[in-house]
Amino acid sequence: MEETLGPDTTETTRRRFVNWWLGTSAGAFLLSVLYPVTRYLIPPPVAESTAATVTLPFKADDVKPNTGQIFKFGNRPAILLRTAAGELKAFSAVCTHLNCTVQYRADLGHIWCACHNGHFDLNGQNIAGPPPRPLDGFVVNVRGTQIVVSKNA
Amino acid sequence: MSTVERGRGRLWTWLDERVGLGDIERLARHKQVPVHRHGLWYYFGGMTLFLFSVQVVTGILLLLYYRPSAEEAYESVQFLMAEVQFGWLIRSIHSWSANLMIFALFVHLFSVLLLKAYRPPREVTWLSGMALFGLALGFGFTGYLLPWNELAFFATKVGTEITGAVPVAGGFLLRLLRGGPDVTGATLTRFYGIHVAILPAIATTLLGLHLYMVQRHGMSVPPSVEAAGGPRRTMPFVPNFLLRDVVGWLSALAVLAALAAFLPTELGRKADPFAPAPIGIKPEWYFMFMFQTLKYLPAHIWKIEGEVAGILGFGLGGLLLLLLPFLDRRAARGQRSTLVSWLGLGLIVYVLVLTYLGYTANPTK
Repeated sequence: MEETLGPDTTETTRRRFVNWWLGTSAGAFLLSVLYPVTRYLIPPPVAESTAATVTLPFKADDVKPNTGQIFKFGNRPAILLRTAAGELKAFSAVCTHLNCTVQYRADLGHIWCACHNGHFDLNGQNIAGPPPRPLDGFVVNVRGTQIVVSKNA
Repeated sequence: MSTVERGRGRLWTWLDERVGLGDIERLARHKQVPVHRHGLWYYFGGMTLFLFSVQVVTGILLLLYYRPSAEEAYESVQFLMAEVQFGWLIRSIHSWSANLMIFALFVHLFSVLLLKAYRPPREVTWLSGMALFGLALGFGFTGYLLPWNELAFFATKVGTEITGAVPVAGGFLLRLLRGGPDVTGATLTRFYGIHVAILPAIATTLLGLHLYMVQRHGMSVPPSVEAAGGPRRTMPFVPNFLLRDVVGWLSALAVLAALAAFLPTELGRKADPFAPAPIGIKPEWYFMFMFQTLKYLPAHIWKIEGEVAGILGFGLGGLLLLLLPFLDRRAARGQRSTLVSWLGLGLIVYVLVLTYLGYTANPTK
């Protein structure tokens, strides 16, 4: 009895232990490989431009009525436009729908996105097409001939 | 050895003893292809495979001149097109062959769907095929950006922004795909790595599995032919079917050469992240039906944003298609599943109509 039972149970426990030990080692090995690889794939955060104000590289007189121009605000595009009435306005040029860059359509007299036919009025409000939100507005100040655009306080 | 066949040279015998050429030969000789009135559709899998091999060869050639950075990508393709001898030809063939491959893949997918070839025991063949279909779309999407031109830049902006609409993990996926919050040179480098290393590695493995499953189960016979008493004839794969395959491949090669010569792929203008999106921006034709659907969706459907509803819809549709062998219980039991046939046809019509609208609807309205 002892001879048949004894070695059999020890064998089972030993096998179970070795299997458990191998399994956890394999799992730990896999984790130690996958963790750094996963972290590696996630791009590190790039410092967002914190500039709240930008002086435009073109003069106020260069912007004719009923036209618009794209400029860099930090590392994103923004749009400056002069309405037919002569007023200067600035908005983020990133369409709130799917991130395309909007443009000023002189024939429509408002802002338009070519990607999915989104329309925004002269206050940046989404008025037609798929955009779900208005464009972010900026404050425009003219100092002499220089145009200074800043984020809303 | 007495097993050495008559008429074989010493080299053949030497190799057979080491590699087992005889086994491979026996395998090839035993493979039979059923002959029936739907037999034409058997050729599209092989056609896709042939065009894929064209992609591998031309892709490797393009690698020798391409430079994967925002500063140099456009210029390196320009150099390839203008200065390198036959550079325009290699690039045009790569681009046209990609389109023809995806077209052949669509035909293959829908013929397998309508002929119910996904029935047991071919579920794994279907699953691996669907995964390869996803990879092919991934190849197309990542490859489109590589010349770094205006259209590709904005198409990629939109395409990646859509992943941002995925609930919960969207923002994370977006950053992972773009290599940062915006589409930049980091995205280009990432797409390049995905296009030339990650996707080929996965595709090769899956293709091996897919072909092994096809070899293991043989060609599927459509239920209608089975109901009529099964195919009356078969033809040997080697050489009868293979030679017919080769005729198709050579024809495809002729079409490719003609397309590449008469309609060479254009390069367009270099991408400028600070220019408005150009009018008429469009994705590759095989994404057009989804792109056009997004255009028609209103800003909000019920309480969710239109694009979120759209991507959820396409995700659900793709999942249903993937799980088709497990959902279509009637076909699994060998009964007619008319509903799946009608849904399949409906899907084809939907894709065709939306694609047509994508190219004809006025983009400036």
